[in-house]
Amino acid sequence: MTRRRRSLLPRTILLSAAAVYIVLASWGGIWERLLSPIMPDVQEYLYPRVGLWTLTWQHCVLVSVSSTLSILVGMGTGILATRSFGRDFLPAVNSLVSVGQTFPPVAVLALAVPSVGFGAEPAIIALFLYGLLPVVRNTVGGLEAVTPAVREAAMGMGMTELQALWRVELPLSAKVIMAGIRTSVVINIGTATIGATIGAGGLGAPIITGLASDNTAFILQGSILAALFAIIADAALDIIENQLGPASTQAGEKEDGQPQ
Amino acid sequence: MIRIENVSKRYEKSYAVRNLSLTVAKGELCCLIGPSGCGKSTTLKMINRMIAPSSGTITVDGVDVHEVPVATLRRRMGYVIQSIGLFPHMTVLANIQVVPRLLRWEESRSRKRALELLELLGLSPDTYGGKYPAELSGGQAQRVGVARALAADPQILLMDEPFGALDPISREHLQNQFLAIQQELHKTIVFVTHDIDEAVRLGTKVALLRDGRLVQYGSPEQLLAAPADAFVKKFVGLDRALKRLSRLLAADFLHPANSVARQAPPELLEAEFRRLEGSDCARYLWVTDEENRLVGWVDGNNTTEKRLNMLEDLVEIDPADISVRPGYSLKQALAMFVQQSVACLPVVDDERRLQGEIRLADVLKS
Ligand SMILES: Nc1ncnc2c1ncn2[C@@H]1O[C@H](COP(=O)(O)OP(=O)(O)O)[C@@H](O)[C@H]1O
Ligand SMILES: [Mg+2]
Repeated sequence: MTRRRRSLLPRTILLSAAAVYIVLASWGGIWERLLSPIMPDVQEYLYPRVGLWTLTWQHCVLVSVSSTLSILVGMGTGILATRSFGRDFLPAVNSLVSVGQTFPPVAVLALAVPSVGFGAEPAIIALFLYGLLPVVRNTVGGLEAVTPAVREAAMGMGMTELQALWRVELPLSAKVIMAGIRTSVVINIGTATIGATIGAGGLGAPIITGLASDNTAFILQGSILAALFAIIADAALDIIENQLGPASTQAGEKEDGQPQ
Repeated sequence: MIRIENVSKRYEKSYAVRNLSLTVAKGELCCLIGPSGCGKSTTLKMINRMIAPSSGTITVDGVDVHEVPVATLRRRMGYVIQSIGLFPHMTVLANIQVVPRLLRWEESRSRKRALELLELLGLSPDTYGGKYPAELSGGQAQRVGVARALAADPQILLMDEPFGALDPISREHLQNQFLAIQQELHKTIVFVTHDIDEAVRLGTKVALLRDGRLVQYGSPEQLLAAPADAFVKKFVGLDRALKRLSRLLAADFLHPANSVARQAPPELLEAEFRRLEGSDCARYLWVTDEENRLVGWVDGNNTTEKRLNMLEDLVEIDPADISVRPGYSLKQALAMFVQQSVACLPVVDDERRLQGEIRLADVLKS
C-alpha cells in the first residue's frame, strides 16, 4: 500500500507535465495569447526557424545518445573498478570522478569544440563526459555498499564473479545506480540547451536566438520547454527507481524480529 | 573425508596458520576452537578455497581441492558464516534455492527441497517461505542460513561460528536442533567456534588451535579428561566435569514416571504411594490430565496421615518452569534441579505430555 501511494506523486507530475508540454509545443498560437498581455513590445512570439517539435526531437537525440553512452560507460567503469582485478584503479576513478564534478559543463563544451568542431557531435561528447560522473559515482557507491558478508556468501555458495554481480550485487545496488542515472539524465537535459551555442540545435536554440536578438518570448519558450522536459524525465525515472524494490529489503538483517 | 596436510597460510608479517595437519573422517563433526585470531576461520576458508594456502595440500576424498574448479568445489560444500549473509533482495525460499539453481536443478525439485528444509529446521514454510531476511529474527535468519547450506545436499558442511551472534537461549535451542538434524544426515562438518561449551556439546572431534598451530586434537571426552598442556587446561576451564554433562541428553536417562490421572480416586493415590515407599523418588506423584499432559504433582509427605484429596493436595505446576525436554542436556537439567531444589524432574514433550522422569542421583553419578 505505501509503495503504491509513494509512486502516485511522480505519476501525477509526469502526466501533467507531459500534457502541458504537448499543448505548448503543438499549439503555436498559445504563446502569443499568453505572452502578449505581459510583453506587448515583442515583434514575434513564436520561434520561427524550426518547429517546436523538431527542436524537441533534436534535444531528445542529444540527450538520449549522450545519456546512453554515459550510462553504459559509467556503469562499466564503476563495475570494473569494484572488481578484485580492477580495485587498483578505484582510487584513480574516484578522484577523477570528484575532479570531474567540479568542472563546469560550459568549460567541457568549450574544450570539445576545438577538437571536434561545431555541431551535434561535440555537444554529445561534452554531455556524455559530464553525465558520466553521477553514473560512475553511484555505481561504485552502490556496489561498495553491498555488505561484505553478502558477497562472501555469494562466492562461498559457488557463484562465479559474473553470477555474483548479476544475481546479487547489481540487484542490491540497482536503486542507488538508478538514482545516479536519474541525476545524470536530468543534468544532461538542462546542459544540452548550451549545445545550441555550438550549433547542436535543440531547445537551447530559441534561448540563444532570444538572447542575441533581445526577444524574451523566445527565451521563455526554450527554457519552459526544457524545464518541462527535465521534469518529465525526472518523474519517469523516479517511477522506475521506486519499482526497483522497496528500500526495506536492502536494510540488511535485523538482530531481532517481531514474534509471530 | 577432509585431509589437511601440513598447511600454512602466511600473511606479510606473520602466519595465520602454521604447519597444520588434520583429518576429518566422514560423518564426523569437527569443531575448530581457540582464542580469537588463532586461525580458525583461515583454516576453514582454505577448505573451500575462499583463501589460498601458502603451502601444504588439502584433499577431499583424496582429491586435491585445487584440482577442482572453484565454483564446482564450493557448490559441493555447504557454507554458513557468522554474519549469515542472507541475500536481502531474495525471499527465504529463494535464498535456500540459490545453490540448487546454480546447479540447474529443475525448479519444482529445488522448491520442494527448500520447503522440506524449512520444515526440518522448524520454520513453517507457509509463514516464512515468502518473507524477506529483514523480517526475520536472528535465530530464524540463522536457521535459513543453515537450510541454505544444506540445500543441494552437500556431503560437507563448513560452518564459521554459525550460532555466534545468537543469545544464549536461542543458541542452545538451535544447537539441540542442529544435533538432531546431524544425527539424521551424517554430514562431514567442520565447525568453527570460540565457545568451548559449544565445541564439547556438538563435536565428535575437537581441534584446539593456538597461534595458527594445532595444540590438541581428539574427542571432547579426551580433551576434557586429559588436556595436553596448561594452555588446553586453562582453555577448557575448571568446570570440566560440568562440561561433560552438556554432552549427555536427558532422553538417555529417562525413568518411567510415577504418575496418576487427575480423576484418580483417593484409594488409588494411597496405593500408589505405598507402592513407591522406599524408592528413590517416593515423595512425588506426577499428575496428568486425560491426554497424559502434565498438570502438577502431589506430595506424599503432605498426605500420609490424612485422607488423600486430589483437589486439595494437587500442586499445579507450569511445565515451562519445572520440566525438561528429552533433548535437554544433563547440564541444563542440573541447573533446573538446583534451581527448583528437587530430586526428580518430569520429562515432557512439546505438547506437555509426560514422557518419564529423570533423577538427580543419575546426573550426579555421570
Ligand atoms: N587478510 C589478512 N591479512 C593479514 N592478516 C590476516 C588476514 N586475515 C587474517 N589475518 C590474521 O590471521 C590470523 C588468523 O585469523 P582468523 O583465521 O580470522 O582467526 P580466527 O581464529 O579468529 O577465525 C589473525 O591474527 C588475523 O589478524
Ligand atoms: Mg573467525
